[in-house]
Amino acid sequence: MRQQTWKIHFILLFSRQGKLRLQKWYTTLPDKEKKKIIREIVQIILSRNQKTSSFVDWKDLKLVYKRYASLYFCCAIEDQDNELLTLEVVHRYVELLDRYFGNVCELDIIFNFEKAYFILDEFIIGGEVQETSKRSAVKAIEDSDMLQETVEEYMNKPAF
Amino acid sequence: MCVLLISGKSKEAEIKRINKELANIRSKFKGDKALDGYSKKKYVCKLLFIFLLGHDIDFGHMEAVNLLSSNRYTEKQIGYLFISVLVNSNSELIRLINNAIKNDLASRNPTFMGLALHCIANVGSREMAEAFAGEIPKILVAGDTMDSVKQSAALCLLRLYRTSPDLVPMGDWTSRVVHLLNDQHLGVVTAATSLITTLAQKNPEEFKTSVSLAVSRLSRIVTSASTDLQDYTYYFVPAPWLSVKLLRLLQCYPPPEDPAVRGRLTECLETILNKAQEPPKSKKVQHSNAKNAVLFEAISLIIHHDSEPNLLVRACNQLGQFLQHRETNLRYLALESMCTLASSEFSHEAVKTHIETVINALKTERDVSVRQRAVDLLYAMCDRSNAQQIVAEMLNYLETADYSIREEIVLKVAILAEKYAVDYTWYVDTILNLIRIAGDYVSEEVWYRVIQIVINRDDVQGYAAKTVFEALQAPACHENLVKVGGYILGEFGNLIAGDPRSSPLIQFNLLHSKFHLCSVPTRALLLSTYIKFVNLFPEIKTTIQDVLRSDSQLKNADVELQQRAVEYLRLSTIASTDILATVLEEMPPFPERESSILAKLKKKKGPGTVTDLEEIKKERSSDMNGSAEPTSVNASAVSTPSPSADLLGLGAAPLTNSAPPPSSSGSLLVDVFSDSASAVAPLAPGSDDNFASPDLASSEVVSEEPADTVHDADELFHKFVCKNNGVLFENQLLQIGLKSEFRQNLGRMFIFYGNKTSTQFLNFTPTVICSDDLQSSLNLQTKPVDPTVDGGAQVQQVVNIECVSDFMEAPILNIQFRYGGTFQNLSVKLPITLNKFFQPTEMSSQDFFQRWKQLSNPKQEVQNIFKAKHPMDAEITKAKIIGFGSALLEEVDPNPANFVGAGIIHTKTTQIGCLLRLEPNLQAQMYRLTLRTSKEAVSQRLCELLSEQF
Repeated sequence: MRQQTWKIHFILLFSRQGKLRLQKWYTTLPDKEKKKIIREIVQIILSRNQKTSSFVDWKDLKLVYKRYASLYFCCAIEDQDNELLTLEVVHRYVELLDRYFGNVCELDIIFNFEKAYFILDEFIIGGEVQETSKRSAVKAIEDSDMLQETVEEYMNKPAF
Repeated sequence: MCVLLISGKSKEAEIKRINKELANIRSKFKGDKALDGYSKKKYVCKLLFIFLLGHDIDFGHMEAVNLLSSNRYTEKQIGYLFISVLVNSNSELIRLINNAIKNDLASRNPTFMGLALHCIANVGSREMAEAFAGEIPKILVAGDTMDSVKQSAALCLLRLYRTSPDLVPMGDWTSRVVHLLNDQHLGVVTAATSLITTLAQKNPEEFKTSVSLAVSRLSRIVTSASTDLQDYTYYFVPAPWLSVKLLRLLQCYPPPEDPAVRGRLTECLETILNKAQEPPKSKKVQHSNAKNAVLFEAISLIIHHDSEPNLLVRACNQLGQFLQHRETNLRYLALESMCTLASSEFSHEAVKTHIETVINALKTERDVSVRQRAVDLLYAMCDRSNAQQIVAEMLNYLETADYSIREEIVLKVAILAEKYAVDYTWYVDTILNLIRIAGDYVSEEVWYRVIQIVINRDDVQGYAAKTVFEALQAPACHENLVKVGGYILGEFGNLIAGDPRSSPLIQFNLLHSKFHLCSVPTRALLLSTYIKFVNLFPEIKTTIQDVLRSDSQLKNADVELQQRAVEYLRLSTIASTDILATVLEEMPPFPERESSILAKLKKKKGPGTVTDLEEIKKERSSDMNGSAEPTSVNASAVSTPSPSADLLGLGAAPLTNSAPPPSSSGSLLVDVFSDSASAVAPLAPGSDDNFASPDLASSEVVSEEPADTVHDADELFHKFVCKNNGVLFENQLLQIGLKSEFRQNLGRMFIFYGNKTSTQFLNFTPTVICSDDLQSSLNLQTKPVDPTVDGGAQVQQVVNIECVSDFMEAPILNIQFRYGGTFQNLSVKLPITLNKFFQPTEMSSQDFFQRWKQLSNPKQEVQNIFKAKHPMDAEITKAKIIGFGSALLEEVDPNPANFVGAGIIHTKTTQIGCLLRLEPNLQAQMYRLTLRTSKEAVSQRLCELLSEQF
C-alpha cells in the first residue's frame, strides 16, 4: 500500500539566472537546510537541457519542474506521486497569477511577492490542492484586494 | 531600491544597501513614536522582502505579531504572511500568535478564519496542534461553516494530523467527514478526499464506508460530459484533481467486496482506459497531461488491486504505446509504471514483450533519468528466459553509462547474474566483465560475493581460477580484479597449476607484478595469498620467502604489512607441513546469509521500492514456476556475509576448523570480509586492542579478540562511546558483536549474535528495552530474529535509530533463550549514546573563543576533574576525542598540551552546539574536562560519557 497521499513538499520559483523568487515549504526544515536544498536544486535544474523530461529524481523525492518565460517553477513531490498532475498544478498556479496580474511576468512576482504567496495559499494548503476552480481562487484574492493598496506603492516611497 | 537590488550591480553594493535599510527599519521599530498600523505593515513587508532575497532577518517578529490583532484585513494578512514565512519557535511569541489565531477562528468572519487556518497549516508545529487540533474538526463539520472555510479546515487538519497524529482526537466528526465525499461543492470534496485518504491509511476500519462513496463519486465524474462540471473541468478533462485523489483513496483498500461496487469501479477504470484511446479534445499539452494523469493513477489502482487480468493487460498495452511517444515525460512515466506491472503475475509476460523497445530506450534516450527508468524496468522484467540478454545489454550500456547511475547498474547486474545463473561460469564471466568495465564502481559487496560463490561451488572453482589468471594477464587491470584474482588463486591456484602456462611460479610472478601498484589493503591480501602459495606449492617456498624477507616488506612503513610479512615469513620457516596445511586449509563454505548486495541496492534506492518489488517477485515466481527454479533458490540461499558481519564472522568461522586459529588466518578473514579500516586500525586503541604487538610467538597463538578476557559490562559499554564496532558481550555460550553507523540524528546498528556452542539455541528472543523517559527521545526500530540459532551460527539484527531529542540513559538489550534444558536470560546496555549524533565542526581559534564566551551561563557549563585511568598519551587522547565525534581543533588553546573540540549534536528537534576542553595534568595524573553547550542536560551527559574515557 502506498504510504503517502499526494503531497507537495515544497515549491520553488527561480529565474534562469538562478535567483530565487518564491519559496514555499510544506515540511518543516531548519533555515540552513532550506538554503542548502535551494542551492542544490537550482543548480540541478538549470543544468538540464531542454529535451529532457520534466522529472528528476532527487534524494527520496522527485522534482517536477517547468519553465515559463524566464521563470522556473519547481515542485518536490513524493516518489510515488502523480507527476503529470503536478505539472498541471504548476500550470494552474501560473494561470491564477496570470488572471490576477494580467499577463504575469517575473517583475510582477518580485514586486508583489505577497500577492504571489496569497494566491498560492488559496490554491494549495499544506501541500495539498485545496481549490482547483480558477474562479473561486481568484475571487478570494480579489475580494481581499478591495481594501489593499499594492506593495509597489509603498515600496516606491522614498524611505528605501 | 528593488530595481537596484535585482539588477544586482554587485553583491557588496546590495549588502550595503540592505544593511542600511535594516538599520533604518530597526530604528523605526525602536523609536519613541508608536508606529501606526500602516507603517508597521510597510516595514514588516520590507523585512519579508529582504528575507526572501536570501538575507537573514532576526527582528520584527513582535511587530508582525502585533499586526495579527489588527482589524484591518491587509495588515492582518501581512502579519500572517510574515509568521508563516519566518516562523520562530520562540515560546513567548507562539503564545501570542496562538491567541490571535484563536480570536480569528472565533470571529465567524470567513476571510479571517481562512487566514488563521492557512497560518496553522503553514506553520504546522506541535504547539499549534496542541492548541487547535480539537477545535478544527468542529469547524469542519459544523453545519453553518462556509464552504471555503471547510476546505481550509480539512487541509489544515490534515497538516496537523501529519505532524502530530496523536494530538488529533478521533470521534463523532470522523463519520461526518466521510460524508463530505457527497458534498455538493466539488472544492469541498477535493479537500476532504485528501484528509480522508490520510486518515484511512491509519484507521482503515473506521473509514471503510468511504470506498463505496468514492466509487460512486468517481463514477459520476468519469461519465460526465466534459462541460458538466463547469469550473472544475480542466482543459476538457472533468475534475482531474478530484479524480486522482479519489483513485488514490481507493488505493488504501483492497478491491471492494460488494459485487455492485466492484462492478461499478471496474466500469470506471474501463472508461478511463477507453478515454485514453479517444482522439484528444484539445491539442494543448494541459489536456493530455490532465487526461494521462488520471490514466496513470487508474493504472496504479489496477496494479494495486492486482486482481483483474484483463485490466492489467490493457494497462500494459496502453503503457506500451507510450513507450514510443514523442513526449519525453510520457516515455519516462510509462517506463516507471511498467516496472510495477512487471511484478504482477498477470502482466509480467505482457511487459516482457516490450523488451526490445526498452533496450532501445537504453541506447537512444537523451535524458539520463529516462535511461535510469529503462534500467529499472529491465531489472524488473528479468527472469530466467531473458536474463542472459538483459545482463548483456546492461553490461553493454555500462561502458557508456552516466557516472551517476553506474554503481546502481553494477549492483543490478551482479544480482541478476547471480539470481538467474544456470551456469556458474557465466556468472564468473559476468562479474569479471563488470570489474573490467566499471571496476571503480564495483563495491566490496560485489567482489566479496563472487569469492563466496566460488568457494561454495566446487564445479566453478577451476574455471574461476583459469579465468582470473587470464584476466590478470592484461597489462593494466583494475585493483578489484587483483583482489579477486589474489584471493581465488590463493585458494584454488592449484587447480590450474598442472598447466605449464600457469605453473605455480608463473602464477606467483603474475600476482607479484601487480603488487607494487596496489593500495595497502590489497597488498595485505596478496601477502596472505603468498603464504597460501607456500602451502599449496612447496616448490616455490624459497622464492616467496625471499620476497617476504626483502626490506620493502620486513621494514615496510605500514604496520599491518610489516606485521604480515614478519609473521608469514616466520610461519613458513618454523611450522611443519602439517601445521601449515591445517592453518592454511581451504576456506570452509560460508554459512547462509542474506545477500548484502541486495541490501545495498535497497539502501541506494531507499526502502520500499526495491524491497516490495523483490519480495513480490519472489513470491510470484514461486507461484508461477513452482519448484522449477532450484538453482536460483540455491543461489540466493548461499549468500555473502554482509561485510559488516565480519568482526564476528571471525568468531564463528574457526569453529569448523579443528586447529586453534592462529592470528594470521584470522586476519586473512578480516581482510577479505571486513572493511579493512576498522580491522587494521582500531579507532580508539584500548587495552585489548594492541594486538599489533611485536612479540611474535604470543601474537601467533592469541586470537584477535581474546575470549578469555571477561569484561565488566559497564567497562565494555564505555569502550563503545568512542568507537562503533566490536564485541559488546561474550560468555561461554554467546558472543554479541556490534557494528553501527550514525549520520546526523539517524543511526543504524547491526547486532550479531554468535552461538559459540555446538547446540541450538531455542526461543532466542533479543529485545531492546527503552525506559519511558528514553522512549520519547530515542526512536528505535528492530525486526524480530529467527528464534532458533544453530550451533556455531550467527544471526544478525538491525536496529534503526532516530534521535528525537537529547537523552541520558542507554537502552537495554535483553536476551532470552533456551540452551540445552536451561533458560538463559541476560541484559546488557546497548551503547547508543548521545555523542553518536555528533557532527564535527571545524572552526578558527577566534570563533571558538567567541562561542565559548557566548556559552558562559553557569548552567551551560559542566566541569569534571578526575584521575587518569589509562596512560596519558596525547595521540590516544586525540583519537578518543575524534572517536567521541567532535572535531579536534588544533592550535586553538594557548597551551599546546590541552585539547579542544567542537561539534554539533543533531536531534530531530534541535541541533545543539557543543564545545569541549580537556586539560591534562601529567604530574598529578589528573584531567580537567569542561563541556559547554546550550543545554545543561547535554553538557552534563557528554561530560559523564567522555570522563570515562581517559
